[in-house]
Amino acid sequence: MFGGQDSKQHTVQPYVTGTSVIGLKCADGVVLGADTLVSYGSLAKNRKTSRLMTVSNHCSLGFSGEYSDFQEIKSTLEELMISEYCMADNIPMQPRAIHQYLARVMYEARNKQDPLYNQLVIGGVLPATGEGYLGLVDLLGTNYESEMIATGYGTYIALPLLRKAYRPDITVAEGRKVIEDCLRVLYYRDARSIDTVQISTVTKEGAETTEPFKLETSWDFKKFKAGSRLIDESTW
Amino acid sequence: MESMSERSGGFSFDNVARNHVLEEKGMKMPKAAKTGTTIVGVVYKDGVVLGADTRATSETTVFEKYCEKIHYIAPNIYCCGAGTAADTEHTTAMIASKLELHRLDTGRQSRVTTCLTMLKRHLFQYQGHVSAALVLGGVDLHGPHLYTVYPHGSTDALPFVTMGSGSLAAMAVFESKYKDDMTLEEGKQIVYEAISAGIYNDMGSGGNVNLCVITKDKTEMLKGYAKENMRPWRKSTPYTFPKTEVLTSKIDKPRTDISVVVESEKMEVSAS
Amino acid sequence: MMDFGTPVLEPGSANGTKQVPQFNPYQDNGGTVASIAGDDYVIVAADTRFTLGYSIPTRKISRVLKINDKVMLGTAGMQADTCALHKVISTRMRMYEHDNNKRMTFNAVSQMLSTVLYYKRFFPYYTFNIVAGLDDKGEGWVCGYDAIGSFEQRKIVCNGAGTKLMQPVFDNQVDWAQSWDGAGKPNLSLEQATDLMKDAFTSAAEREITVGDTLQIYKITKDGIQLEEFELKKD
Repeated sequence: MFGGQDSKQHTVQPYVTGTSVIGLKCADGVVLGADTLVSYGSLAKNRKTSRLMTVSNHCSLGFSGEYSDFQEIKSTLEELMISEYCMADNIPMQPRAIHQYLARVMYEARNKQDPLYNQLVIGGVLPATGEGYLGLVDLLGTNYESEMIATGYGTYIALPLLRKAYRPDITVAEGRKVIEDCLRVLYYRDARSIDTVQISTVTKEGAETTEPFKLETSWDFKKFKAGSRLIDESTW
Repeated sequence: MESMSERSGGFSFDNVARNHVLEEKGMKMPKAAKTGTTIVGVVYKDGVVLGADTRATSETTVFEKYCEKIHYIAPNIYCCGAGTAADTEHTTAMIASKLELHRLDTGRQSRVTTCLTMLKRHLFQYQGHVSAALVLGGVDLHGPHLYTVYPHGSTDALPFVTMGSGSLAAMAVFESKYKDDMTLEEGKQIVYEAISAGIYNDMGSGGNVNLCVITKDKTEMLKGYAKENMRPWRKSTPYTFPKTEVLTSKIDKPRTDISVVVESEKMEVSAS
Repeated sequence: MMDFGTPVLEPGSANGTKQVPQFNPYQDNGGTVASIAGDDYVIVAADTRFTLGYSIPTRKISRVLKINDKVMLGTAGMQADTCALHKVISTRMRMYEHDNNKRMTFNAVSQMLSTVLYYKRFFPYYTFNIVAGLDDKGEGWVCGYDAIGSFEQRKIVCNGAGTKLMQPVFDNQVDWAQSWDGAGKPNLSLEQATDLMKDAFTSAAEREITVGDTLQIYKITKDGIQLEEFELKKD
């Protein structure tokens, strides 16, 4: 598969991966959340890898999927932000522009049959109005904006909860709590997740990503502890 | 081929080998109706609440909009089914029948664990080919019981369970809201929310929310507990349709001059 | 929708090299687009549900591109390809306006889309399009396309996930297709056509799981384009 003289090396399947990223758009900004685990297949490879990055004062980015591809995207993006800065035109690159840029990069890669194996969640604010912006790009170049976004297992587990919790007037402070609750449920049910997480909030005041912290979890429901044997004599 | 009279129970495997060969040569087998489903159950203070959506699908087409997925097993035991519709219906009906006979034999209430054992033995015997994923709930002399049964025959006993294509959405609700010793109202509410999560977030699930509440003394089916997905709109003006023009017409009236006479044959009596 | 299935490219199999798990560059994101054209109007309708397998990652994406005051493009199929196609069409439309100092006519747009789709004949855009607009005389028309640029101009076209359910209804109600001489064929008004469109999508949402959420109906008349949003079922 690899190393043949005339065969080019493609990411055919991801190896070192991160699981879900989730995001919620709020009235005064955006909240992103992700755990800090990267896995190598079913091996918990590194338990304290940041999967969220701050792109600019107004924009954060989270990834799930292949870690190496994300590192490539990250360095490309950092380069872009520097060249943007060097233009010194006082027009900061808006989250929507970053989103579209990444969408084109990802779509071009898929067209070459050499995808960047990631789902990227872009969270930001429009500096002028302070309105939140939340978008997604995946390995095929699929891109959309939404009030709530989740990748990987988050699509099945976190998205229903985010949809339930969402209100147009939800604040970043409330949103942070919702995201934390979703990450907890993901930790309960996604076998490739961990209870150490980071949360990134983006408001008019700036983009801020927390240090990794541990979620509080509970495993002491009566029947969890008892199993079936407390309530009947079944041998199963 | 096995004749009808020799058959003594179990499935017929008459054409299995033939069909296998045909399938390998590219023949498409008919598609069964699946209940891409959300089914759940929860144990509350005084019993069990079961819940189900009402959509049955075949690929992306809705087969039935308001079907019933909470099957009767015994007066004190009900069972929600996900997977192939025929498998869940026949498996639960068969177990219900066996338990009825067992009750007539013993004169005692059926136990949930008996039902569980029969289900898992049946499913394990067929190695997953009977694709029934079940949520079994009931109350017997030992109290409330709630189990999941997987198509291969494994079972779980938990305070809250979900199954089907919407199981992750429903489980997300349980994981964020379940607590020990809930009241009846809390139990119904959490089951309703879990099924709703499946209905709205999983395209395999949809329609209404059906509930079933089982307590020590009675069982209550709450069909259409929530009806949020009835057809919302209909065109106010009636439809008109193109008509095929009648070119010629000829009407034959039935003849009235015919009467039917049944002649009775005389019985043959041999003279010898 | 023409039944292309989801195309899977299989390079490597032809020259006998080892088979590796292959990246599939295609994805079906559902969506249904439909259009009814009348004597002096045309309506374009598209649902906003974005599907992936049995999930709905988002309930609100736009499948319709406004080309100018008289022409619109509706696209079902894969979202990434839809986005790319709309960018190409927008760019070429703008170039045409600069080159020719006039707007693209309905006919020009419908021919251009065909060319753009066929250009990618061997790595197609996984999209199913309709182009709807008013011609030079102000009459409504619509063109329906397959994924690689074959198209036909008609009065009624439906494309995408709900086609199997909706097209027969439109054939019957708009084209009066079951009548051998067309006697009594109705000339639908804009309101009647809009009602029929809503009813067709409401019915499709009852029986096709990938149809739902919101229906966007764009009404193109000589006075411009008007958008009406109509809520469909969310289950």
